[in-house]
Amino acid sequence: MTWAAPAVDGLIDHLFRHQAGQMVAMLTRIFGAEHLPLAEEVVQESLLSALTLWSFHGVPENPGGWLFRVARNKALDQLRRQASLKEKEPQIAAALRFAAVDDDEPHFAHELRDDTLQMMLMCCHPAIPEESRIALTLKTVGGFSVEEIARAFLTQKSTIAQRLVRAKRLIREQGIVMEIPPREELPSRLESLLKVLYLMFNEGYSAHEGDALVRGDLCTEAIRLCTLLVEHPATVSPSAHALLALMLLQSARLRARVDAAGELAILAEQDRSLWDGPAILRGMRELDASAAGERLTPYHVEAALAACHAVAPSFEETDWPRIVSLYDDLLAMQPSPVVALNRAVAVAMVQGPAAGIEAIESMAAADSLRDYPLLSSTLGELFLRDGDREKAAEHFARALELPSTMPEKRFLLRKLESCR
Amino acid sequence: MAQYVLLLRDNGSFPTDMSGEEMQAIIRRYKAWSDGLRAEGRFKGGEKLKDREGRLMRRGSSGVSVTDGPFAEAKEIIGGFFVIEAASYEDAVKRANDCPHLDFGTIEVREIDQI
Repeated sequence: MTWAAPAVDGLIDHLFRHQAGQMVAMLTRIFGAEHLPLAEEVVQESLLSALTLWSFHGVPENPGGWLFRVARNKALDQLRRQASLKEKEPQIAAALRFAAVDDDEPHFAHELRDDTLQMMLMCCHPAIPEESRIALTLKTVGGFSVEEIARAFLTQKSTIAQRLVRAKRLIREQGIVMEIPPREELPSRLESLLKVLYLMFNEGYSAHEGDALVRGDLCTEAIRLCTLLVEHPATVSPSAHALLALMLLQSARLRARVDAAGELAILAEQDRSLWDGPAILRGMRELDASAAGERLTPYHVEAALAACHAVAPSFEETDWPRIVSLYDDLLAMQPSPVVALNRAVAVAMVQGPAAGIEAIESMAAADSLRDYPLLSSTLGELFLRDGDREKAAEHFARALELPSTMPEKRFLLRKLESCR
Repeated sequence: MAQYVLLLRDNGSFPTDMSGEEMQAIIRRYKAWSDGLRAEGRFKGGEKLKDREGRLMRRGSSGVSVTDGPFAEAKEIIGGFFVIEAASYEDAVKRANDCPHLDFGTIEVREIDQI
């Protein structure tokens, strides 16, 4: 498959995760959406078989195909045993026999992509509560475990498990089917799916505490799934292009966010040579493609913002006036204190730190950000640039009192020291 | 050089709710271990035995009895085996020492008796 590099030891990175997602989607299509839990069980059993067999015997020639074959055989076993499948037995048996198992076959790759798309769209059905949609998408399409999802979202495992159970019960009770929704439902379903992918990406991208590895995987997964959307004629849209552009341009900066010593590097300090050039190029192409429609979505504006940074030769030479005006657009679409804060930073770059401080202090919603460490650290930074070390130190100290990660704390301490 | 069989017991103790990533990581550890021996030409093979099935044969007064087994009687089931080359028991044990299987079950080291 195209998204993973072959590993030195013959096992492609994330093979199990990706294969699990595809196999669950394929089996759910064949069994029927109400049997999603059975599809998951078959897939988990197949992975467990691979675990012991490959550990003792070695990894087979075509690991992906092997997993598909085993899953198909286990599905046929279940078909014989499960009374609830009796009615549809002949159709299911035929579908299983016809299901190709060699993922090198282009025809099969096509089928798998369609299954995955339909599965994603099902996870975003309006009957499923919004908070369950991401978890369900990550679990079924992404092949993440309950524990991994809980770790990524800093939530209890039991909370995620409950959301999943509830979502699957709704699928069964409401007779939700796996399909590309009818024309009249498609736009709203796609919008909800884009939101799920956006949140998935942000969860991975934002520097909260939590498992760094899993969080990076959330970004990669959101990009992979959004790529599927823009590549399919039924699901492609200007806003899907815009979201993909946004995610690519943001993720291009990921590896520069930590410096050589493992410390947090903010945008102004990042070594721009570490930015991922090919991802930026791809992102810019997606941004071009997103300009096709009539509608300007927040994804478009956020992607344009990310593009401004991505093409700027340095922090100082960034097109700050354009950034201020893009933030104005974004604020008009979705007023949010965080967006207003970012706008204030851009204002400071155009008109000087004092203007930035004024913009923050005049923010109507500044109060709701009182416990937001970025507000205090931004004010600290602006006062420092304005030459008011005392005030700057006050704000950095305030930011240090609020919850943040260890690298963030060390960053703030460094800043606090530079005020002395 | 002498050959040793490493009998791998208790492979049923892998947790069943593991994530795909975790499973893949375990396979990689086993593979890294066997690749290390393979590089020295000391890895002679490994196989997994089928779970939950087998026959236990015994000759009694009324002929040979065959029962499903050994699962009803034995707690530590042999799940598979590796064959490696080593200079001595001491050497064989040293090479099995970093086998990841020790995280999940026991290893019985037995020298193949060669004529």
